Amino acid sequence: MNSLIKTAALVGTDAVAEAMRQINPDVVAAYPITPQTAIVETFSQMVADGLVKTQMIAVESEHSAMSATIGAASSGIRAMTCTSSQGLALMWELLYIASGLRLPIVMPNVNRSLSAPINIHCDHGDSMGARDSGWIQLFSENAQEAYDNTIQAIRIAEHPDIQLPVMVLMDGFIISHSIDRLDLQDDTSVQKFIGSRNPAYSLLDSQNPTSVGTFDSLYGYFFEFKRQQEEGMINALNVIQEVGNEFGTLFGRSYGLFETVGMEDAEYAVIATGSAAGTIRMEVEHLRSSGVPIGMIKLRSFRPFPAKQLAELLSGLKAVAVFDRSDTFAGHMGGPIFIELRSSLYDLEKKPLTINYVYGLGGRDLSEKLVKKAAGELMETAQNGFVRQTVNYLGLRE
Amino acid sequence: MSTKLKDLVKKPQILSGGHRLCAGCGAPIAVRQVLMGMPDDIQLVVACPTGCLEVSTTIYPYTSWNCSYIHCAFENAAATLSGVETAYRSLKEQDKLKEDYRFIAFGGDGGTYDIGFQALSGALERGHRLIYVCYNNEAYMNTGIQRSGATIMGTWTTTSPHGDNSFGKKENQKNMTAIAAAHNIPYVAQASISHWKDLVRKAQKAFAADGPAFLNVLSPCHRGWRFPMEKTVEMAKLAVQTCMWPLYEVEQGKWNLTTKVRDKKPIEEYLKPQGRFGHLFKSSPEVIAAIQDNVDREWEKLLRLCGE
Repeated sequence: MNSLIKTAALVGTDAVAEAMRQINPDVVAAYPITPQTAIVETFSQMVADGLVKTQMIAVESEHSAMSATIGAASSGIRAMTCTSSQGLALMWELLYIASGLRLPIVMPNVNRSLSAPINIHCDHGDSMGARDSGWIQLFSENAQEAYDNTIQAIRIAEHPDIQLPVMVLMDGFIISHSIDRLDLQDDTSVQKFIGSRNPAYSLLDSQNPTSVGTFDSLYGYFFEFKRQQEEGMINALNVIQEVGNEFGTLFGRSYGLFETVGMEDAEYAVIATGSAAGTIRMEVEHLRSSGVPIGMIKLRSFRPFPAKQLAELLSGLKAVAVFDRSDTFAGHMGGPIFIELRSSLYDLEKKPLTINYVYGLGGRDLSEKLVKKAAGELMETAQNGFVRQTVNYLGLRE
Repeated sequence: MSTKLKDLVKKPQILSGGHRLCAGCGAPIAVRQVLMGMPDDIQLVVACPTGCLEVSTTIYPYTSWNCSYIHCAFENAAATLSGVETAYRSLKEQDKLKEDYRFIAFGGDGGTYDIGFQALSGALERGHRLIYVCYNNEAYMNTGIQRSGATIMGTWTTTSPHGDNSFGKKENQKNMTAIAAAHNIPYVAQASISHWKDLVRKAQKAFAADGPAFLNVLSPCHRGWRFPMEKTVEMAKLAVQTCMWPLYEVEQGKWNLTTKVRDKKPIEEYLKPQGRFGHLFKSSPEVIAAIQDNVDREWEKLLRLCGE
């Protein structure tokens, strides 16, 4: 490790703003929305204090935030924005344009539920709604991971084999507004790690003027473009790991597509993502210390979804419980992680039984007690060899 | 800068031939006249919202634009271009770019008056140095003639049809030029492709403005207005002569009438040759009178604002 580390106590939004200061993007266009607001406030102050070279655009909506970011990123420079919830929903059509134009935009999204009823607290319904938009989506467990993911996202997005936008996800309030202890790298090391952006095309290349966002018709190339976009997402499975390993070598914290606890000898496992992983890990470790063969997978990359890697890891297990902080409203199909995991396991000869726990919508707390209850049901399922109830709502008053 | 025809014809063609706009379309005339007002020593980035001009000039893998161009979506040309302009300022400040650039958006009235209204207002308020040109043909023509906020009362469109219970569009158009002027930006003007010298001079002022500029250019659409395709410029001229489309500018807050109309022609002379108003002459003469009233009222208001 040759990077200087400063230990700090920061709320999640300040940790992300600090990462943005070190990335020092050329343009940031953003709009306030709870609980993201603190990022744009802190960053605006950094601009006002001359700590960054960034030109800030205080736009009149999230729709314009993403539009301006797309315009800026098409001009050969590094452009960022950040949002939450309704703001992400308002950006929706532009998310597809950012990925379709292969623009490596990095956007922290502080996960918050979508209206109605209006609720400012955490669930993953906002970013899950954008799961088919062609953005890479990386979840964070705490402020440290939000900081680390934001920095790594630049490298992942701009990788020549990818050229796709990245959403860095962190739980609203639980991460964004809680003070956490984290290690910050020094500016020079971060700058060296991310390097400079060298796009193939820029609107501001006077020698090679270019048309961006051209029209494609029935006999055009739309299908080929979209297939190439998927290729970028497939390539991301490797690049996310490469960048995570390099980050680990330099800074001492390695990252992959997911993190595991006790999976080497687990007979059943829990899968979760975001801040809930902390509570679940505590319970899993507690159970393991008393000899229970339980393991845990903390999903970091939801897009791309590491289907093959998860299937290999779960092959032969007796049962798997999937925790989802959002619902798909598909008629008892369960949450999005559950649906995708079940699909990933389909071709396995030795498939584990699967149970889904939808929890924490609108910020409802996931207590240790609730995790214990779910773990107990998981063990029971593994012992009985059948699933009593596939989709369960954990912590629901009924 | 010169507005002499012998000088203007020597300007480079930014919008090249071979685009797929209809013969007789007003939009490329508006674009060419505006770009004749561009200084010689600058680079240009054009932005288009979704619309006729966009779909007809950039059919992949071709482009009609001899400059950089971006299309993002329908309602966000101004916001997208504000991002490009900000990226430019960033590079300039970092001393990473030598050339001088200007930024110009060409949007139809749907993308300007209606769906793109918020993004345009935001960009004007933020003071980006960009020009927003509305090539105004008073309806959604790209999707096949639907009413917009720019459509005149009484107009037949496919979403304001006339019938036993309808005389066409019920409401007057909004005054987008005045709304743009209310943003207190350096330069706002209303122009027509029929008055090219006036238009080029206004474009020159827009390019010179140290901040946002807005040009509202009447660009008739023979498909939607229902007149013979060779009459495009004539229709635009009639709109000016009847005071349906007065030519004026608002420069640093000062209103100035750029074309004085001494013998205002009756509105019938403008409405009669256009199929979109044909039903009014058969069944709704009172609507023609109401259109005339509105034209007169707006004209008087404008004269007062211009100190005439």
